[in-house]
Amino acid sequence: MTKPIVPSVSDMPAAQSPQHLVVIGGGMVARRLVDALRSRDAAGSWSVTLLCEEPRAPYDRVALTSYFTGRHPEDLALGGQELWDDPLVTLKRGVKAEAIDRDARTVTTSTGSVIDYDALVLATGSYAAVPPVPGKDLRGAFVYRTIDDVADLRGWVEKRRNELDRPVRGAVVGGGLLGLEAAGALRALDVDTTVVEFAPRLMPLQVDDGGGEALRRLIEDLGVRVRTGTATSRIVGDRGRVSRMEFTEGPALDVDVVIFAVGVRPRDELAVAAGLEVGERGGVIVDDACATNDPAVWAIGEVANIGGRCLGLVAPGYTMAEIVADRLLGGSGTFPGADLSTKLKLLGVDVANFGDAFAQEPGGLEVVISDPVAGVYKKLVMSDDARTLRGGILVGDASAYAALRPMVGRELGGDPAAYLLPEGAGAAPAGDLPDDAAVCSCNNVTAGAIRCAVTDGGCTDLTGVKGCTKAGTSCGSCLPLVKKLVTTELEKSGVEVSSALCEHFDLSRAQLFDVVRVQGLTTFSEIIAAHGRGRGCDICKPVIGSILASLGTGHILEGERASLQDTNDHVMANLQKDGSYSVVPRIPGGEITPEGLIVIGEVAREFGLYTKITGGQRIDLFGARMDQLPAIWKRLVDNGFESGHAYGKSLRTVKSCVGSTWCRYGVQDSVGLAIALELRYRGVRSPHKLKLGVSGCARECAEARGKDVGVIATDHGWNLYVGGNGGFTPRHAQLLAEDLNTETLVRTIDRFLMYYVRTADRLQRAAAWVEDHEGGLDAIRAVVIDDSLGVAADLDAAMAVHVDAYEDEWAAVLADPEKLRRFGSFVNAPDVADDSFAYVAERGQPRPATADERAGGVLIAGTTLEVRR
Amino acid sequence: MTVETGVVPHPDVRRRGFIAVCRVGDLVPERGAAALVSGEQVALFRCADDTVYAVQQLDPFSGAFVMARGIVGTRGEVPTVASPMYKQVFDLRTGECLDAVGKEPVPLAVWPVEVRDGVVHVAPPEGPSEVSSPGTET
Ligand SMILES: Cc1cc2nc3c(=O)[nH]c(=O)nc-3n(C[C@H](O)[C@H](O)[C@H](O)COP(=O)(O)OP(=O)(O)OC[C@H]3O[C@@H](n4cnc5c(N)ncnc54)[C@H](O)[C@@H]3O)c2cc1C
Ligand code: SF4
Ligand code: FES
Repeated sequence: MTKPIVPSVSDMPAAQSPQHLVVIGGGMVARRLVDALRSRDAAGSWSVTLLCEEPRAPYDRVALTSYFTGRHPEDLALGGQELWDDPLVTLKRGVKAEAIDRDARTVTTSTGSVIDYDALVLATGSYAAVPPVPGKDLRGAFVYRTIDDVADLRGWVEKRRNELDRPVRGAVVGGGLLGLEAAGALRALDVDTTVVEFAPRLMPLQVDDGGGEALRRLIEDLGVRVRTGTATSRIVGDRGRVSRMEFTEGPALDVDVVIFAVGVRPRDELAVAAGLEVGERGGVIVDDACATNDPAVWAIGEVANIGGRCLGLVAPGYTMAEIVADRLLGGSGTFPGADLSTKLKLLGVDVANFGDAFAQEPGGLEVVISDPVAGVYKKLVMSDDARTLRGGILVGDASAYAALRPMVGRELGGDPAAYLLPEGAGAAPAGDLPDDAAVCSCNNVTAGAIRCAVTDGGCTDLTGVKGCTKAGTSCGSCLPLVKKLVTTELEKSGVEVSSALCEHFDLSRAQLFDVVRVQGLTTFSEIIAAHGRGRGCDICKPVIGSILASLGTGHILEGERASLQDTNDHVMANLQKDGSYSVVPRIPGGEITPEGLIVIGEVAREFGLYTKITGGQRIDLFGARMDQLPAIWKRLVDNGFESGHAYGKSLRTVKSCVGSTWCRYGVQDSVGLAIALELRYRGVRSPHKLKLGVSGCARECAEARGKDVGVIATDHGWNLYVGGNGGFTPRHAQLLAEDLNTETLVRTIDRFLMYYVRTADRLQRAAAWVEDHEGGLDAIRAVVIDDSLGVAADLDAAMAVHVDAYEDEWAAVLADPEKLRRFGSFVNAPDVADDSFAYVAERGQPRPATADERAGGVLIAGTTLEVRR
Repeated sequence: MTVETGVVPHPDVRRRGFIAVCRVGDLVPERGAAALVSGEQVALFRCADDTVYAVQQLDPFSGAFVMARGIVGTRGEVPTVASPMYKQVFDLRTGECLDAVGKEPVPLAVWPVEVRDGVVHVAPPEGPSEVSSPGTET
């Protein structure tokens, strides 16, 4: 007999120590449970221990394959660290649960500890299944389930590549969703790839024969061979490594690597040992509350056998997690049934299926559009009166997926075929979607919940709605629809969804850029007269100053343009907290001669400037009064330096490691490239600051992937990454193109930067721009590499204009008495120094005095304070 | 002696001495410049229509003498300057803080201005109103 569980909060005084929940399995579903519980359990009635066999916190398994397109394991983290910092949550990484004692209510772990529970949740997920073929244990045979799996796979492929002097050959056993993902991963590793599928078509569970045929053609076009109707009989080894696959029929296949992607088996071994009921084909049997036959034990996610089956998708797992969280807090949620719609997000091929895709319900009507040449196959399954949508299959173009899936079971309105034409997708009925239609299937968010987040939750943009409802935060396929709903709702509630820059301009930055460029406008007055109103402000003026600078209209302080610049751009140095400025001499690529260092040191000493090395491999000189700047610049210019753009929305620095010229590991001259890039892009004005980095090999000592544009040397050239940054929301740059030669690399960066400069919003950093860009990084790649918009030549020309027109902005001021005059301290007393500064010495250098120090009259001195050495 | 442009002087103002500071032409249109008036730092701004305004150069939010380096603009019909430090926006005519960027609003002291024969004159701020400054009294 087991003790009854008391799940109610209401009758439990808050002061009483919480009940203890143990969750076994640190996967996506387990995390969701902990998250849901902690966000609802305000009274703190449960504390949670999460046992996690893998050596890391739960991560985004669905996005596992992005590991091969340059994402780091830590990019796969789910949500923030806060959850694990919660005092009521204990996360035990690398700890496996080994036994459950249901009578004692304890779990024994691999570290030997015994943990008591009041409630236990099994969220152990699945094993990747391995078919019992001879040779399955040879080295070079992998499954595809965890970060460790993909890391081992990659290591193996790289090792084999180094050993062989021919391309690495690989096979994927299984042509379903997972197998095709794995095939994509092998392609990304440059492996000559064959997919072997037992069924007569690819993705047999998701598409019909017509779809399978279209899919095969698309996959083969990508250079992946496909063998369907083929059973593997054995794998032959050579020195313990996989070397050849043999089949029941057809010729053998030489291989250096094999991936098994034939399905999953629920990890129910602990449950079996503990005497919990399991299904015939595995999986812990639960009722529609996710409870097992022991009321203190629950099972959720892939390990749960619910309604007679285990569900291999994350969305139903999340639903189960929410239900258990609800039940633990005394609620009565039940499992509503699963939406098994899927959308393949790999290999650049769209495949989606939803609802009754195979027309299994009687009386279905199929509407099919098939274009074998274009590789498109689309099918909608309708009710017999052709009104109600029952399901569908989309291959080759799944743009209608987000709009159609929530319509399953509802009247489509109009000719169903219209939804399958390319334009049909755009006309998707987002606005009038019923409230109970599930828009985001990953996170189970309905159209109503999204509308409510706007109307009652006070969310005013897509980011807010994502944060508050979690819609769109997993696979992202629903984002276009979510965005449309949010916009419609905001408009309805009278909030103007405005991209207007400010009260003076109704246009967005990108629109303004276009009209200024196309109409050839060159002054603020012209622009505001033609496209705005009033006299401008601190928001629109710098934006237009930046647009004009990008279009190569001359010195930033020339004529009316002077009035547009923010203080840093106006004074051409970096304003500090006490009203003084800092100067950062340009040191391209961070390479400097000893003579150069001495010059900078002497300038700092002469002007009494606090000196610090920056994160961008430059030297920052602080505490210059505005009236001292020209004299400092003159010293620099006379010695072959220019001051640098360490301020403003412009190219800051190109950081580099020492690269192949000195480093034992370097494969390319990273310093040479960094210098060339800095000299090329200096002076570029952009929507937000721009930082670049170049590393001489994959060890990445220059931290290039933390930059807006990062370049990493390879044996064959350069890999180009974009959209990285540090700061408040750090991001790793994503791979844009691989193994470019230097010329192509520079051209690609030219285009990327110009495209960004032209189309981003005000203060939108490159990473956010990439994220917001319709179609994301793939679409940007299409523009800058494949010239999908036909603008590449224009972007090239624009960068050429910039490079030709670049001048040393500081030297130009020194040569122009009218501009120089503005650096006087006072308009009526240019030679009287501003005496408002006060400095104290600290660690042998000056720093601004604090308010107390000023008040107390502790040492006060001007910037030329002599510092004792 | 004629008043060309600029704020209409307060009746009292003529009694308190106006001091000549610089020529209108010394100021860049739509920008500010610092001036030293009787030992005090003043920020002068020349707007597009050549109206000249003067406010305290001390930015009350940062404690730095930088107001003249802010961007000049308008909010509706109101001529404004935005602090170059933390971007608070002030009415150039009255010194009122229009956007305190989440802080408690603090106004700027305003110097009456007269432009005579192309020369900018300013007078000390009226009444007891002191220059707003941050922090505790010294
Ligand atoms: C490459 C790939 C792509 C996918 N793409 C999609 C997709 O596009 N859409 C979709 O819906 N689904 C997709 N899936 C499936 C999805 O990832 C799973 O449905 C989901 O991760 C299941 O979550 P879970 O928490 O139930 O199990 P899991 O994520 O498998 O987590 C279980 C965890 O428990 C741990 N564990 C097991 N036993 C113990 C023990 N005794 N003690 C401690 N820890 C234990 C395991 O190590 C594991 O980390 C994909 C899966 C893969 C591999
Ligand atoms: S990234 Fe490579 S080349 Fe550059 S310093 Fe590091 S190891 Fe050397
Ligand atoms: S459907 Fe996957 S994130 Fe919304």
